[in-house]
Order: sequence, then structure tokens, then C-alpha cells
Amino acid sequence: MKAFTFERAHSPADAAAKAVATPGSTFIAGGTNLLDLMKLQIETPRHLIDVNRLGLDKIEGVDGGGVRIGALVRNTDLAADARVRKDYGVLSRALLAGASGQLRNKATTAGNLLQRTRCPYFYDTNQACNKRKPGSGCAAIGGFNRNLAIMGTSEACIATQPSDMAVAMRVLDAGVETVKPDGTTRTIPIADFHRLPGDTPNIETNLIPGEFITAVTLPKPIGGTHIYQKVRDRASYAFALISVAAVVQPDGRGRFAFGGLAHKPWRVEAAERLSGAKEIAGTVLAGAKTTPQNAFKVPLVERTLGAVLAEAKG
Amino acid sequence: MNDRTPETASTVTRRGVLTTSAVGAAAAALPAPVLAAGKPEPARSVPTMPVTLKVNGRTRELELDPRVTLLDALREHLSLTGTKKGCDHGQCGACTVIVNGRRINSCLTLAAMHDGDAVTTIEGLGTPDKLHPMQAAFVKHDGYQCGYCTPGQICSAVSTIAEIKEGIPSHVSGDLTVKPQMTVTEMRERMSGNICRCGAYSNIIDAMSEVAGIDQGGVDA
Repeated sequence: MKAFTFERAHSPADAAAKAVATPGSTFIAGGTNLLDLMKLQIETPRHLIDVNRLGLDKIEGVDGGGVRIGALVRNTDLAADARVRKDYGVLSRALLAGASGQLRNKATTAGNLLQRTRCPYFYDTNQACNKRKPGSGCAAIGGFNRNLAIMGTSEACIATQPSDMAVAMRVLDAGVETVKPDGTTRTIPIADFHRLPGDTPNIETNLIPGEFITAVTLPKPIGGTHIYQKVRDRASYAFALISVAAVVQPDGRGRFAFGGLAHKPWRVEAAERLSGAKEIAGTVLAGAKTTPQNAFKVPLVERTLGAVLAEAKG
Repeated sequence: MNDRTPETASTVTRRGVLTTSAVGAAAAALPAPVLAAGKPEPARSVPTMPVTLKVNGRTRELELDPRVTLLDALREHLSLTGTKKGCDHGQCGACTVIVNGRRINSCLTLAAMHDGDAVTTIEGLGTPDKLHPMQAAFVKHDGYQCGYCTPGQICSAVSTIAEIKEGIPSHVSGDLTVKPQMTVTEMRERMSGNICRCGAYSNIIDAMSEVAGIDQGGVDA
């Protein structure tokens, strides 16, 4: 690890202000992804701001029937929360499908949204990667890309967002509450939170420098059958090849968001007016750009969606 | 984020570097491609930090470089070498310890993030004279071969049973609205963050089943 200085923030606004006051700052919460990347010198912050003790570890009801999840709520606690299990089952399922018990005990809600891609070329500092080193090229395009994106890709990057939790947040229309370095606050709809790679795959979210996530909010429960179906190379502790987060109503209508397809959780609302896995998948995957190695994801999405719809029917 | 020019470089001018031929300092002022070619950036000196940990019931006061992971604090600074460094990237689980009642990968967290926290390592679970029931069960069921992953497996196994009792669901839990059951299927899923290269998995599950009081008769382990 490169040397860094370390300080603890006293409040969310203090964290955001500190982040812009010291160049090269990064927040550290659970640290399970950041420290991995720091050991590999993919991330080289010069200053860490510890945000673990800001009291943002509560899940509370809000007016109108939704919930506010503190940014520092650990993945285990979010998945185990009685209200989340009852009303937002797809979120519990997605969290429990990700990582290991040890990692879920440490990883946080906000940190999970901000985790970096597991593209092997991003992780290998000897390889070209526009995300790790802008302008260096993309070794994944034309390389080993079986796991990589087929939707919303660019000539610069075909990485995927690896979070399972974010896919469930997308299907639930979550909001990301933040405080900026100037002390003002805003809520970013999850649909607008992550970016497509475009020419700047190194910029992964629409957060401004120093902007600090304080909570993730869920609108009031929408009922329905909640399913998170993840397809992966191992039965446990592996990233998704593809995943489907679904909330299906008794009339068969549903919401569907997909993981493992793109640089952000992939959801096409227009497809949700259709019925049948083939029709929905056809619209969701319109414009797919595949490689010989990852073209299998196209039929896999349709078949997994078919299994989800069958399960929802009971 | 990836700016490789350190702030300390303000005291090191390019001209000064070129004339002093200090190899280490020169690397700091060179552009990134040269660094990638193998010239190491000089160590940047940062202040150490006081960190207090309550390890296995004993309060330990340390003065640490902020980079020191909880794992290295235990092994290198407190000489508690029971906790093992396997992959050092959170993939193998050999470094699993219990912090404030929850198992975590001690390699993926900084000691400085745990000031005041209570840490239980394999040395704190039991002693050679008075083994923890899970340690005794691992011995009885031969839940290891080389033994390197074992301290992490045992810390994880103890926590796994506690997590099921606490009602925390898992990927294989059926109905999310009821408490998960103490079953072999639940335990296997929850132990997926602990790798055993020798492949002692079935004996580990036997040991855990005994401690959890599960009758494995007819259960496909």
C-alpha cells in the first residue's frame, strides 16, 4: 500500500468538507473493496477519511411508508432487517447472494453502491485499462471478456458494475441521499446514480468530488413477489454472470432489473409493459453488443427471466 | 485519485532531484509510465497513530502506521500468530477473526478503524488445556489436514452457528420472514468464505454439526 494519512470525520458534512480540503482523499467505510484495491495499488489515496462512527447505521421508517437506510448499515444487518425481509425481500435476497458472511458483516450500504468492477484487466496493472488509467486503452475488448458487459458499452470500456445490492435498489426505485462539500443535500434517483462508461469509464457515478452518501431511501412497499435470481460459476461466493431482480404482481406484471449486463444496474421500464420472458428480454436487450465469449448472456437473460416468471406464478 | 505526484514533492524540485541523483527521490518526480517500469516511489513518511484494541479480553495499546491491517497488528505487533494470512485479499478466510461479536476478514480492514473494538482470535476462543467446543470438535472429526486455514475456519464456524441462532438469513434460507433453521445446508452456504485447499470440508461440517446439535442422519452433507 502507498502511504496515506488517516483521520476520522465527525459528521457527514465534516466528511464531505474534509474530502475536498485534502487532495487525494478517499472515504473509508467497510474498506473491503478499497483496501483490496489499495494493496494492488489500483487505488492510491493519499488521505483516508474514516466515516465509520457517524451514527449512520440505522434503518428507520419515513413518512409515506418507506424506509431510510443509513449509509453505514452493514450488508448483514440490512439483509436481516425484519422490515426489509417482509416488504423488500428482493433486497435481502440480493445482499445474501453476494460476497461471503465475513464480507457482508463489514461491507456497508453506500460502499456496496460504490464498489468497483471486477474486470480482470482493471485488476491487472500491467494491462491497458481506461478505467484505471484513462487513455491507456481497453485490453478487455478483444481479450478474455466472458464476464463482461453487453449493454451500454463503449469503445473505451466493457466493464460491469458488480453489485447485487444495486440491482435490487434499482428495481425498488431507491434514492441516494447525499451531502456535498458546501453542506447542501440532495437525493439522486438510483437510475441516475451510476453512469455508462462512454469516454470516461473512470467516472462511475454522478457524485461530485467530495460528495458523501448519507443514506439510501426506499419508497413505500409495492407488494408483489420478490425474487433475486443470480446465475454464477459457483453456487456461493462468486460474482454474477447475469442476475435478475424482480417484483412480480399477482396479475403477472412486474419490474425487472438486471445485473452482470452493464456498467450500471440495467432496467428498461418500457419492457415492463410487455408479457412473457421472450418479449421482455427482447426489449431489455435491444442494442446488445456481444463478443463471442459473452454472447451466451443473451439467451441466459431470457431463460433466467423465464424461470423467475414461472417461480412468481407459483 | 490516481495522481501519483505526492504532496511531499513540493519540497523536491525536478532540478534538485536531477542534480542529487537520489534514485529513490527521483522516482517520485518521474511520470507514471516510468514508475510502472519498476522504479519504486520512495516511502512516504506518515505519522503513526495510537490504536487501542481489546484483544481476547486484554486491552492492548499500539502505535501504528495507518497502513497496518488488523491482521498485521495481531500477527506482527501483538505476536498473535494463530490468525493466518492466506490470500491477504479477503478471498480465502484464513484471517477470519471476531470483532464486536461479528466475524470479519482481518486482512481487509485497518487496525486504526477498530480503535476501542473487542477482537477475539483463535487464541481467545480456547486454550490447549481448555479447548472451545468447536476446537475440540475439529480435533475429534479431523476437520483439517495442513491446518493453515483452521483458525479462520473455527472462528467462522463459531460465528456461523451464532448467526443462525440470531436469526440472520442466508442465500439458502427458504421463507425470509421466519428464522433460519440450523441445518447442514445453511452451514455450508455460510462457510463459503473459508477455503480449505486440503478439502477437509466434509469433516468441518461434521464438527460443526456436532457443536450445533444437528443429527446428520439421512442428511446429504
